[in-house]
Amino acid sequence: MSKEKAGENQTAIYTGDRLIDPEYNNTTVTSKISNIVLHKDAPAQLYIAAAIGLPIIGILGMSVTYLFLVGTGIWGLNVPVAWGFAIINFVWWIGIGHAGTLISAILHLMRQDWRNSINRFAEAMTIFAVMCAGMFPLLHVGRPWVAYWLMPIPNTMGLWPQWRSPLVWDVFAVSTYFTVSLLFWYVGMIPDLGTLRDRAKHPVIKRIFGVFALGWRGATSHWARYEKAYLILAGLSTPLVLSVHSIVSFDFAISLVPGWHTTIFPPYFVAGAIYAGFAMVLTLTIPVRKWYHLEGLITIRHLENMGKIVMATGFIVIYGYAMEIFISWYSAGPYEGFMMYNRMTGQYAPFYWALIFCNAVSIQILWWKKARRSPVVLFIISLIVGVGMWLERFIIVATSLANDFMPSSWDHYSGTVWDWSIYIGTIGFFMFMMCLFIRFLPMIPMTEMKMIIPKHREKDD
Amino acid sequence: MSYGHTSAESKLFGIVAEFESEASIIEATGKTVEAGYHHVEAYTPYPLEELIDILDLHKNKVALVILIGGLVGCAAGFFMQYFASVIHYPINVGGRPFNSWPSFIPVMFECTILFASISAVLSMILMNGLPRPYHPMFNVDRFQYASQDRFFLCIEADDPKFNPEETRQFLESLHPHEVSEVEE
Repeated sequence: MSKEKAGENQTAIYTGDRLIDPEYNNTTVTSKISNIVLHKDAPAQLYIAAAIGLPIIGILGMSVTYLFLVGTGIWGLNVPVAWGFAIINFVWWIGIGHAGTLISAILHLMRQDWRNSINRFAEAMTIFAVMCAGMFPLLHVGRPWVAYWLMPIPNTMGLWPQWRSPLVWDVFAVSTYFTVSLLFWYVGMIPDLGTLRDRAKHPVIKRIFGVFALGWRGATSHWARYEKAYLILAGLSTPLVLSVHSIVSFDFAISLVPGWHTTIFPPYFVAGAIYAGFAMVLTLTIPVRKWYHLEGLITIRHLENMGKIVMATGFIVIYGYAMEIFISWYSAGPYEGFMMYNRMTGQYAPFYWALIFCNAVSIQILWWKKARRSPVVLFIISLIVGVGMWLERFIIVATSLANDFMPSSWDHYSGTVWDWSIYIGTIGFFMFMMCLFIRFLPMIPMTEMKMIIPKHREKDD
Repeated sequence: MSYGHTSAESKLFGIVAEFESEASIIEATGKTVEAGYHHVEAYTPYPLEELIDILDLHKNKVALVILIGGLVGCAAGFFMQYFASVIHYPINVGGRPFNSWPSFIPVMFECTILFASISAVLSMILMNGLPRPYHPMFNVDRFQYASQDRFFLCIEADDPKFNPEETRQFLESLHPHEVSEVEE
């Protein structure tokens, strides 16, 4: 017990360049991470964050109730802008989710050991972000009580979904994505749940973890199947994550609206998704790492690597913006040309330039190693990018619709208080769910951290 | 255990040795297999590639089940759409073919991934004999550390070469931290 206590009170903050503080061994990693869950006390900041999140969920509930009573007329939607906050928020949230899958699946296939301390956290983020995303189309269908018509359930009306519509593809893509993310998250957690079962003192808690650990006992024959299943799941999730945001972009690209009907949309959306998602991982990990003194497990090197990915995907997004401008000129289509001119100088021009500042200009500071290694700078940049990516979707949706082909139908679109309350409500929901996750489940995979200890202790000594 | 002297009456599942490090369990498992024991299982807090090699566990059916699951998902995805648009409710939209398979691809793809992933998880769990909340190994007091920082090697009683006395002596010769009996 005294050993555990010593691990708890470690006050020296690790600032080295390794992926794990060399002070950690199998015993201390286990106690450090499992004590976060099993000990009674949690940092005050977590309670504050949860206390902020919970009333916002109340606002969400209230707004949704009012929406169901009155209808989507309470939103700012009207012809010609029939798609507004709902689709913007949907794309924004689902994009955020994608970083979790990238970290857990693609970086696993690439054998990037630095993913091991942030993947559980990022996967949880994926699940809650997809939950938030999924709410919007359901709220937007107008009659949410018949939302099941989207699923291919044989019924007496002889109704089938329209298989040739990207909106139906979306239903399949998002529900598959949610299911697979949940499975991946759970499978990764089974051995850790076993550890918690073995360490829990309270019989009820022991039993709960025991049920979810399925009786995991770490037998080598089990590990062999486990490793194979996990690797293949990673291999399946990789094309899945690319397909999901491609299909989301088809919602736009399959239509004939200027500014939407472009072939660059799928890759540009995927890059934008990962960009926003990594920013969100930084937004969440930086404070949590500080609250729980996890500097030895999520080191500066992790933050720097994430900063690099933010920068790399940011540049793909910048390339996307440049191509949109180029093609709108090169296509010589009057509507395409006008769309871009309108974005830059029209009614939403301030938002366009704000998005360029957030997504293209602000990240240039990450060229400096010092900035990439500073949690404060990264945290600020991550918030700016989060806002920027929301603005990007707003610009894509609003400018193309508000000023469409016929000037007589032009209008101005902006969100009402109910648009905002539902959007902010989902942020509160997300925050609260993340707090619950941090409190009740191991947020860093103990098993995977133990796997990299021997490798990174010997390295560069 | 206080009632250790009565252990002869209850059935023996095996004899287990506890090790403190990765290197020592890898060495011990190697020696055990060399000594001719077959029903051997190692319990570790994280997967060790070397143990999977020594115990020759690389071949398993997980990948095959996933492949079948994926193919079934792909076919199911296609026929679901084919049935709806060609057989059950064909609608002529501007003369487009009923079986417009290119636009069925996204849903087919998603169904493939969905079925394959579910088969991956289920096959892993079921082939491992889980969920199984109770197992003789859990009767060993110190086995709780197998999920934390200790490594266990168990020679099971149904091994043809198993002999309570000799096997115990053999395991003790491998310099473990502790050797204990596992009751059924």
